[in-house]
Amino acid sequence: MASVRFERRIGAPADRVWALVGDPARIVEWFPGVLEARVEGDRRTLRLATGIEMPERILADDPRTRHFAYRLESDLVRFHLGTIDVFELGPSDTLCVYATTVEPDTMALVIGGATDEALDAIARLSEGGSG
Amino acid sequence: MGRKILFITTDQQRYDTLGVNGGRVASTPVVDALAREGVRYTRCQPTSVVCMPSRASMLTGQYPSTHGAWMNGVALRIDAPSVAAALHDRGYATALVGKAHFEPFLDPFGRYAENALSALGVPTVEQPWFDGRLGVHRGFDSMELATHGVLGPLHYARWFRRTHPEAVGGFYPVLDDDLNVNAAGGGDTGAPQVRYNDVPREWYHTEWVAERTIAWLEGLDPDQDWFCWMSFPDPHHPWDPPAEAARRVDWREVPLPENYPEEREERERLLDAKARHWRLWYDGRVVSNYEAPAHWVPATLTSDQVREVNALNAVEVELIDEAIGRVLSVVAARGWGEQTDVVFTSDHGELQGDFGLLFKGPYHVDGLVRLPLVWRPARSAGVTPAVVSAPVSLVSLAATFLEIAGGERPAWTEGEALPVSDEAVPSDAATVTEWDSDLFGVEVHVRTIVTRSHLYTEYAKGALHDGTEGELYDLADDPLQRVNRFEDRSARAVRAELHERLAGHEARPVERAAPGRLVAPV
Repeated sequence: MASVRFERRIGAPADRVWALVGDPARIVEWFPGVLEARVEGDRRTLRLATGIEMPERILADDPRTRHFAYRLESDLVRFHLGTIDVFELGPSDTLCVYATTVEPDTMALVIGGATDEALDAIARLSEGGSG
Repeated sequence: MGRKILFITTDQQRYDTLGVNGGRVASTPVVDALAREGVRYTRCQPTSVVCMPSRASMLTGQYPSTHGAWMNGVALRIDAPSVAAALHDRGYATALVGKAHFEPFLDPFGRYAENALSALGVPTVEQPWFDGRLGVHRGFDSMELATHGVLGPLHYARWFRRTHPEAVGGFYPVLDDDLNVNAAGGGDTGAPQVRYNDVPREWYHTEWVAERTIAWLEGLDPDQDWFCWMSFPDPHHPWDPPAEAARRVDWREVPLPENYPEEREERERLLDAKARHWRLWYDGRVVSNYEAPAHWVPATLTSDQVREVNALNAVEVELIDEAIGRVLSVVAARGWGEQTDVVFTSDHGELQGDFGLLFKGPYHVDGLVRLPLVWRPARSAGVTPAVVSAPVSLVSLAATFLEIAGGERPAWTEGEALPVSDEAVPSDAATVTEWDSDLFGVEVHVRTIVTRSHLYTEYAKGALHDGTEGELYDLADDPLQRVNRFEDRSARAVRAELHERLAGHEARPVERAAPGRLVAPV
């Protein structure tokens, strides 16, 4: 089991960042390679640019604590837990933390690289005001 | 109408696997003939001994420390300079068929275009270029991609799984369940990464690369200038060629490599004379890099395993040679025989039994840093056939292609165009190979310079070295690089001079890209 964690300080209100992160369908706007997201209850299925269909289970989507947690349910991983936490530091100052725990360990590099890039997109969209 | 360019690369092919270079196992009449008609280089060096940095150097004409793709798993930045883009600007149709690997393979999301093109069903996508314009991906009008098997999102794998799903299991699984390079043994000897693959030859990736190249060439207007990078995934491991061809070389008859010491004591004595990570890897105490199986101990390698690996490697080399012959026939039939330059090389070598080791890593000896390179200039260019023994580098390929196409050499290329005779090379010519890696806490930094007379390596401080270690080999007296003269007092002056030249390489005044982020193991 391996863990990776990335964070960004974002110059935008926490609610704006959370609007992107907390709406499971909006992942298409900020996660690299995601072409489509279908959400049914606690199930989310991503269609990826590689043609892969990636099923996920949403474990938590809490606007009060601005905490989102999900699990990949794919043959690519034996275990996966992804969490995104949005912390309000000031009126237009937000910390967004994206953590991944995964097995096999090698996937931590792969998913970590993608989540790091996802944070760039979340920051860009939030700071651009379109969140 | 100008000169066309057929750029042929293989993956992980040693210098001595070609008949014309003294190879004794594989028969390579097609490439041998190109060498006799053109220029054969006997000391060509890669900029890196792993795929991504080396391939990025071929495309950009820059060293890894310049283009920023410093280890496998680090993508070449999307707006890096590209010889394909420069040729595109000069009116060339451009294609890459086979293995690209400028972007990481382990990318289930399709963050990188190489991994998304096939599913998207488009030949290329628009991307930013190095000069701020938008253009086709890395300068290629068309990319049809393959790698070492039938898993993953690339064109060959998707085609194979769609059309021949029943044959998928014939291929050796390159990665194990933990996504590490697989150590499982196979074949007759239990050698790692070996399997007799019951896939019919016509479905194998070597044939597919040749056929897709032919299809692209046949779609071109006869007057069109073109640059085609035909990039075979073999003879990189796994060694799993089609069974119908695999037995054409009987491994029991294959001689052991000249640099494979059969006696364990001798192997270990030679390894102990090198920097410490050689012996650590051999004993299974450290795997410094992803490119070798994480759970394989080189000390367990047997003579028969070396023979079987070399036999299957030779079969793969022969299949490539035959495939090249078919493509060259099409080039001739299209009427391009006189105007086409053909360049053949590989991205890096393979230890293939040298010092009792297989695969690759931060081990800069001839098995990994001496490459086959053949340039058969267009006959219309009137170049005299030659053998060039001076050191040359793959970093020169981009400048060479641009010289062929005519016009100015862009400032971003670090290499000069390849020489066509020894007389054209200064007596102090030298080439450099870089290694930087930092995977799972094991950090290794290596620089090697090769001159006409010596191969000199320095290890910077990292997880396995304290910054004082090195290797120095006299290529005339010690062509197998068995006697490390790094601490030899009589070689002090040579060492000092080569140290200065490496320092000069590090300090060269070029505009460097920021080192890219590691986002995958490969």
